[in-house]
Amino acid sequence: MARALINVPKTARRGEIVEIRAMIAHPMETGYRMGTNGASIPRDIIRRFACGYDGEEVFSAELFPAMSANPFIAFTLVATASGAITFAWTDDAGETQTVSAEMAVS
Amino acid sequence: MGDPSRSHGLSLPVRRRQVLAAGLAGLVVVSLPRSALARPSLEEAIKTFTGGAEVLDGRVRLELPPLVENGNAVGVTIAAESPMTAADHVIRIGLFNEKNPEANVVIFHLGSRSGRAKVSTRIRLATSQVVVAVAEMSDGSFWSSRASAIVTLAACIEDLS
Repeated sequence: MARALINVPKTARRGEIVEIRAMIAHPMETGYRMGTNGASIPRDIIRRFACGYDGEEVFSAELFPAMSANPFIAFTLVATASGAITFAWTDDAGETQTVSAEMAVS
Repeated sequence: MGDPSRSHGLSLPVRRRQVLAAGLAGLVVVSLPRSALARPSLEEAIKTFTGGAEVLDGRVRLELPPLVENGNAVGVTIAAESPMTAADHVIRIGLFNEKNPEANVVIFHLGSRSGRAKVSTRIRLATSQVVVAVAEMSDGSFWSSRASAIVTLAACIEDLS
């Protein structure tokens, strides 16, 4: 679907709070803009963002058209176990893009 | 044109009137500015989020640049004061605006595994306005913080009339 950029520390100590940053290339078309021919440009946005880690969903967000193009979200997680942190973005068409990153916890 | 009523002389004026009426109705709808269509107010949007519960001031810090050059990407940081333990943590943080075409901006779902109740993102602001962040704690209380920004280049300029 689109290019996603995620920033996850490669290593962390158990119990440490790590900062996660995630961004995806997406126009986030609001549906309120007019095209050159005067017709409104249909809405096309990412509706939902979710982050899964260590067996459950640890963070999620419901997005509205007021989010900027290429939505960027930075949040924190407690490092509990080594493994994959998965990121999923779902758009208006119901398509989901998933990306994951490994973090080693010592 | 197999339908005999269509070629009948009497039915023609009626159809023309109907077409005219339909056309006029269409014109009225089109000429309404988008901003005149119902948009829940800031207070209504927050009420929908809280389910009518009382919203107290404090425990939330909303960082928003006071002077925004480009309303298409405004960096915001929301931080809530919470120990973020299993017993006492932030469940949701909602961000609302006063004058965009839609009152909602984003709703974050957090939990005790977040470690810290701090989220950063980038939003759109259609004009100079107030932005409100509301945090829902695990004990069911709601806390809020508001900040206003002056926007020099607006997002979605077409909506400003």
